[in-house]
Amino acid sequence: MSILVNGGTRLVVQGITGHEGAFHAQAMLDYGTNVAAGVTPGKGGEWVLNGKVPVFDSVHAAVEMTGADASIIFVPARFAGDAILEAADAGVRLIVCITEGIPVKEMLVVRDVLARRNVCLLGPNTPGIISPPHTKVGIIPGEITFAGNVGVVSRSGTLTYEVVHALKLAGIGTSTCVGIGGDPIIGTHFVEILSHFEGDSQTDTVVLIGEIGGRDEERAAEFIAGGMTKPVVAFIAGQAAPQNTRMGHAGAIIEGGVGTAAEKVAALRAAGVRVAHTPEEIPGLVRGR
Amino acid sequence: MRLHEYQSKEIFTEHNIPIPQGRLAATPEEAKLIAEELHGAVVLKAQVLVGGRGKAGGIRLVRSPDEAEEEAAKILGTRIKGIPVRRLLVEEAINIQQEIYFGMTVDRERAETLVIASGEGGVNIEEVAQASPERIARLGVNPLLGLCDFQARNLAAEIEIPRQLWRAFNVLALSLYRAYQNLDATLAEINPLVITAEGRLVALDGKIILDDNALFRHPAFYDKRDISAEAPEETEARKFGLAYIKMDGDIGCLVNGAGLAMATMDIIQHKGGQPANFLDIGGGASAEKVTAALRILLADPQVKSVLINIFGGITRCDQVAHGIRAALAEVETQVPFVIRLAGTNEAEGRRILADASLETAATLTEAAQIAIARAQAVMV
Repeated sequence: MSILVNGGTRLVVQGITGHEGAFHAQAMLDYGTNVAAGVTPGKGGEWVLNGKVPVFDSVHAAVEMTGADASIIFVPARFAGDAILEAADAGVRLIVCITEGIPVKEMLVVRDVLARRNVCLLGPNTPGIISPPHTKVGIIPGEITFAGNVGVVSRSGTLTYEVVHALKLAGIGTSTCVGIGGDPIIGTHFVEILSHFEGDSQTDTVVLIGEIGGRDEERAAEFIAGGMTKPVVAFIAGQAAPQNTRMGHAGAIIEGGVGTAAEKVAALRAAGVRVAHTPEEIPGLVRGR
Repeated sequence: MRLHEYQSKEIFTEHNIPIPQGRLAATPEEAKLIAEELHGAVVLKAQVLVGGRGKAGGIRLVRSPDEAEEEAAKILGTRIKGIPVRRLLVEEAINIQQEIYFGMTVDRERAETLVIASGEGGVNIEEVAQASPERIARLGVNPLLGLCDFQARNLAAEIEIPRQLWRAFNVLALSLYRAYQNLDATLAEINPLVITAEGRLVALDGKIILDDNALFRHPAFYDKRDISAEAPEETEARKFGLAYIKMDGDIGCLVNGAGLAMATMDIIQHKGGQPANFLDIGGGASAEKVTAALRILLADPQVKSVLINIFGGITRCDQVAHGIRAALAEVETQVPFVIRLAGTNEAEGRRILADASLETAATLTEAAQIAIARAQAVMV
């Protein structure tokens, strides 16, 4: 099995008639994803992707007519917060928001609303999720990975590609690769994904790709130390990066002494995680060498 | 986008938050004039976007208009932590009885606004937070409800503001939250918020940071960004949608994606080199973006070699290779390059670069080693 998506996932693409939306909807369809519907307000009734996919005016209509249970969002940032709320209101159980840079104020409202619903939001600013060989909800290139037993979870985009590609070159495939997103306020954090992988029979090792800033990696370390049985390999980007610009005294008070790469690496190592110095070391650590 | 103290105080005034009387001065004469208007002692405050301004000598208390002119002449035109002082805020001096800290920002982990207050405000607030965290009151705000009356009241009680000021504090707290929300701020801070000898609350200093992603809703601030505190290359990069941060090393980096850009710098450092910069060209990697990026990189005289690392996902490596060739044809340089392309159409991309006699590497580690070797060869 995989996590969050599988062969039965029925996808609605919000913003399917836009440049990005159309391109990636086709790529997902080609990979084997069941792209059930698209949504562009005002273009309901059209058919796109060579007449294969119907377009609806609303996510509600798309869900009602096609039974879609997951949504992917390609609409511009200033409309994307509303698009997430619409998808949640229509009752899908997974929302993947590719769009980056949604204003923080809107994301706080989105998070508050989503907390009262049974829905998982990946992103904003995520490359999405891929479960080889046939399901991807996102923009991760299909050919850089294949089906296997390593679960990958990451805050990055191209760095994730680098890692799964390095795994592929070493003959290691992935069960599911999940991008949780790089925006300041995101829907799902490392801990939830680690918990999914822990319960997934196809996954036997997890690769975690973190970066400087925030406290997500520290929380992941606590979770792992608190009873995760599957081995975890990690890489933290940003050891050589300039220090984060601090957000006034308030930011310093909240974030305290956490957020640097060195602190994250130390927290993960203390939890028994093998931490790679470079992405290219990851396949060797996954093999236990 | 960080606002200056005087801009933050303009916003405070619009939201009925009391501030000291005063105005901006760009010359010593203006400072003298303002001091005359205000009668009595005034404070000169350098308007520069750096922390620790007071400790660096950017704030002076003076007793007379003549002294104001004299001291203003000493501060204006000097640099504080490298940033030129162009304007001073000249304000009436306030008789301070107590300094309070009051601020709000985004708690990323809890996904809510966190309001923070302390009865021990002032420049050492971070030390207070470290040494005695119980002296700092914190409170989460529901985004749909906003800051509630009772929450502000409880804060006032918790940080032991005198009872007769609870009402004034309540009004001020809710006003600051309203300003924070109206402006799409990610930080609004009053430090210190003072209780004056006369028993009034006054915002002595203010700091506001706006959410860059929400600036489209605030066109008035669009052109008010003060770029004097950032390197000119960073300003130039922003124009082209590139994220660039200058560093001290000698190996220039050009990468697509922030995470991969950081990982590339990490590998350079891990292999014994020093990155000259962080540069994320984002998605697409068009010839135009690559050209702009290379121009910015090569303008740094410290750069001895350049590592280009592109992972083609949806972006195709052959397109990127054409982009790099077009850019190098336009930007003349003797600096050696090493290019690592991986992902979609990488073989084709490498062939295009080989045709132009550009050095390529198969792996990230190899690319880093070559870039370091080339940089060292330039030095000897």
